[in-house]
Amino acid sequence: MKASYNWLKEYLNLENTTPEQLADQITLTGIEVDSLIVPGEGLKKLVVGEVRSVERMEGSDHLNITQVDVGEAELYQIVCGAPNVAKNQKVVVALPGARLPGNFKIKKSKLRGHVSNGMICSLDELGFSDSVIPKRTEDGIYTLPEEAIVGEEALSYLGLDDIIIDLDITPNRADAMSMRGVAYEVGTILSQKPDFKEMSLSENADESIENYVDVSVESKQDTPYYKLRIVKDVTVKESPLWLQRKLMNAGIRPIDSVVDVTNYIMLEYGQPLHAFDYDALDSKEIYVRRANQDEKIITLDGQERILNQENLVVTNGQQPVALAGVMGGQNSHVTQTTKTVAIESAVFASSLIRKTAQSLNLRSESSSRFERGLNLGTVEAALDHAAALIAEISEGQIVSGIAEIESTDPLEKRVSITLERINHVLGTRLSLEEVASVFARLQFEYTLTEDKFTVSVPLRRWDISIEADLLEEVARVYGYNNIPSTLPVMESTPGELDDKQRLTRFIHRFLEGSGLAQTISYALTTPEKAKRFSLKRSATTNLDWPMSEEHQTLRLSLISGLVDNAAYNAARQAKNIALYEVGHVFYDNQTGTLPLEEEHVAGLLSGDLAEKTWSDSAKPVDFYSLKGIVEELLETIGIKETIQYVATSSFDDLHPGRTAAIYLGEKKIGLIGQIHPQVTHLFDLEDTYVFELNIDALVKAEKNSVLYEAIPKYPGTSRDIALLVQESVSHKEVMNVIKSNGGKWLQQVRLFDLYQGEHIQPGKKSIAYSLAYLNPEATLKEEEVNKDFEKVKEALQKDLDAEIR
Amino acid sequence: MDLKEKLAALADKATQEIKSVSTLEELETLRVSYLGKKGELTQVLKGMKNLSADERPIIGQLANQVRDNLTNQMAVTRETIEKEALNKRLSEETLDVTLPGIRPRKGQSHVITQIIEEIEDLFLGMGYQIVEGNEVEEDYYNFERVNLPQNHPARDMQDTFYITSEILMRTHTSPLQARTLETHDFSKGPLKMISPGKVYRRDTDDATHSHQFHQIEGMVIDKHITMADLKGTLETLAKKMFGENREIRLRPSYFPFTEPSVEVDVSCFKCGGKGCNVCKHTGWIEILGAGMTHPEVLKMSGVDPEIYGGFAFGLGPDRIAMLKYGVDDIRNFYLNDQRFLKQFKVKG
Repeated sequence: MKASYNWLKEYLNLENTTPEQLADQITLTGIEVDSLIVPGEGLKKLVVGEVRSVERMEGSDHLNITQVDVGEAELYQIVCGAPNVAKNQKVVVALPGARLPGNFKIKKSKLRGHVSNGMICSLDELGFSDSVIPKRTEDGIYTLPEEAIVGEEALSYLGLDDIIIDLDITPNRADAMSMRGVAYEVGTILSQKPDFKEMSLSENADESIENYVDVSVESKQDTPYYKLRIVKDVTVKESPLWLQRKLMNAGIRPIDSVVDVTNYIMLEYGQPLHAFDYDALDSKEIYVRRANQDEKIITLDGQERILNQENLVVTNGQQPVALAGVMGGQNSHVTQTTKTVAIESAVFASSLIRKTAQSLNLRSESSSRFERGLNLGTVEAALDHAAALIAEISEGQIVSGIAEIESTDPLEKRVSITLERINHVLGTRLSLEEVASVFARLQFEYTLTEDKFTVSVPLRRWDISIEADLLEEVARVYGYNNIPSTLPVMESTPGELDDKQRLTRFIHRFLEGSGLAQTISYALTTPEKAKRFSLKRSATTNLDWPMSEEHQTLRLSLISGLVDNAAYNAARQAKNIALYEVGHVFYDNQTGTLPLEEEHVAGLLSGDLAEKTWSDSAKPVDFYSLKGIVEELLETIGIKETIQYVATSSFDDLHPGRTAAIYLGEKKIGLIGQIHPQVTHLFDLEDTYVFELNIDALVKAEKNSVLYEAIPKYPGTSRDIALLVQESVSHKEVMNVIKSNGGKWLQQVRLFDLYQGEHIQPGKKSIAYSLAYLNPEATLKEEEVNKDFEKVKEALQKDLDAEIR
Repeated sequence: MDLKEKLAALADKATQEIKSVSTLEELETLRVSYLGKKGELTQVLKGMKNLSADERPIIGQLANQVRDNLTNQMAVTRETIEKEALNKRLSEETLDVTLPGIRPRKGQSHVITQIIEEIEDLFLGMGYQIVEGNEVEEDYYNFERVNLPQNHPARDMQDTFYITSEILMRTHTSPLQARTLETHDFSKGPLKMISPGKVYRRDTDDATHSHQFHQIEGMVIDKHITMADLKGTLETLAKKMFGENREIRLRPSYFPFTEPSVEVDVSCFKCGGKGCNVCKHTGWIEILGAGMTHPEVLKMSGVDPEIYGGFAFGLGPDRIAMLKYGVDDIRNFYLNDQRFLKQFKVKG
């Protein structure tokens, strides 16, 4: 809502404030001021001039040499290219030395050898937006009315001396989408009652509305109020300057002396009106109903609209003449030849208007007001005011009476609140007098019984209906910044992370300590990417109406996003990439409602794990360096059950020979592997390794508790063994054989060497383990260890066909 | 020459030789040649068996003195040689201490996580619990239960990604209000919660808009919670996030789930309120929305608004990170350029 400061001055005494001060107060008391617009900012030396003569410049097809009276002894010669410049026009002249918007300076100049002492201005040149400039003056200079006084500064004629307070209206404060509403708000701030000058209405007693039109509606739910007045014998023309000025500063383009009045009244009262050309209605009936399926109307803007049952139309009894509350029909709109106008003031169901405006993509000043509700107290007052103003400006006669549907007068709501409640909720110590003064400033009437205020809420404040609404009024008018500042006093409760939150935070810190940087990717991605690397088979969850192809499907894995991130970095010359992410994945839920959201963590390594330094060579990432991170993470978490890494080739986008599913008992809780070379090639990445774990499963898993064990007092001993086995024999198999044959003193088995390649038989590999023995109770005897060690050797030879080296 | 003279001559000779020794190896050779089993001193002492009983102890004592004397001299010389050798080694072992160290690689949390955790910790300290929820929600919880029925004009304020007509990407963390309220057991104490998480809006991504961003919701419900308590709580938050000298101011606003509703500005942390480009020359920066929980929200969750009441607030970690660190494009948070991520390594 663009509220004119000059307009407000008509209702309130603003002598003791400034626009800046007032804007601050409005913001702090109720409605956010988006900005203060100073349309005349930077303009100077603009005066009213009168064109005395116009002469076509020789040799030019569009330039004229004009002589203009600017109130000085001599006429000014000004070269003007506007096609509409003519003798005796009153115009806005930028004198030499003048400044126009964009810091454009006007200088005395010569055009094709002719002196030009300034410029005759168009509205565009004066900074008016194209959307408000009247059509008739679009391609030329703007002419002022005859009464304009030559030589006077021109800014005030055009409202360029005004300041516009641009209000950001929240849905609950639609009452401020009118100048009267804004005046009440400002009046509350300044403790003034706004003074609205009422306009008297004189009806032509010889003409009765019954002879003109009969009004009815299909549903009072859809159309609770509908009122119509007729003004006849009008002369449609250009509106007076004061009216055009007000509209333009409010962001509305002046059209003609009838339409402009309806817009003006909408701005003043917040009540949208519509004017029909009565003769074009071609009927003595107005009937408001739901549109039929596929019914058509051509709206004012020339567009054909195809309607449905959710749209409300005003008809002449047969066909639609307006899309109710949204836009008039082309068949009945006011033109220069209109003689009789029918003015509509109505209330339409806000939800219908909202749906219609939305589905036809037709938001207007009118629809936005209907959508948010109207002041039921001024439906008729606005109509009367409009009729009176049209009669005056367009020189018409008001037919007596109003054509309307039967409706009951709206009632003011009564809402009660006690002083105790106010202080209880606000934490204040207000007195009865202080609260009473708030209601007085708001111009709310109330009765007081003991400490209970019963407030009659004026119809203009339809947002107020419950106690909490009154609390807000008291709080904001009293001033939020006068409310004390305390901390809640209540029963104390422990504030602590739950198991999942604690574990998740630990995972963050662990991975950061391991060199991975946290990323946050988009959960919405492409359908292809969403499906990649999913731990579980699941359908995807898709947006019904996505905004872009890139973000339309919810991810089934975090790795997919990490791969995107890695590719983004690789494309920017990053070679070594180490990233992780914690977030939700979204599995389709067979039961039908919300998808199953699981908290996961995923990590990615690409390039070198450790960069080459001046002292050490680079260590490229491999499966095992990432596996080590995962192993250490899971061990530190203290998962009780055994974690198993089971080779798998079932992931399409992972290397079939270098991928493992991670199992916790029988449950698959994660995966680790190398991104399939085809995929890394696609993303222009080096060899890349990833893992993903289901955090929810880790939270649920049983954990080891920390148990102290005495440090052994006796020395242990160790034996190393190197063996040659078939390549296909896994580390796990060897470990199983060693462990199950190790004897009671075997404490630990550690793989310390692995060799495949030259120097050994093809198809075989050489592996070496160190076995640590310890008897916590006594010093181990060499013979005992030797005996146990021999058993291990034998078992390895027998079970795995190992050759001991 | 008698034994006495022999011993004296041997001692002199040995002392001379010890003085000229310069390496540990020479010293050892010397030791063996005098004091070893076949050494000169041992040889000399072999002649003792020919001595008389009177002379034997005297010569024996003398021989021991010579041995001790030589042993001491050798020990001193050994120490000197060792010290010299050590000094020599040390003088050869200097490093360029200005060469860079070999560092373990460390990652860091995302700046948004850092901000969320900072706020979580503040509220944990004040006895709040952290409640997390699903990012896909029912229309019912996302809108109706926070007092935004179908066709409410405020639904315009949030453009929504729908999955079906009933299911959507949550547009705010507020559904957690209703979900927590309906399960909270007030007989076990007041409800104090914050809920951080991702939210989604139907927006085109640009420097200041993102279809995915974060929110932190907070809510306190008990028998006597006041607007003054809300103000005090938010002041604590503002000071924690933006510095001890910050002030806040409340401006009326509108949220369907609170009444009264306020927007909260913090005095500009860059200029201190004088006006600069961070605060657009107003001295104030809008950081969050808040208000007293709307009685309808309580009622719909089965909580009696006549008895219970409280406040709720919500803020955007993305916006706070942008303000705090001067990040000028919200997309940076989701592109995950390592050069961007790394900038938030310093924990201070």
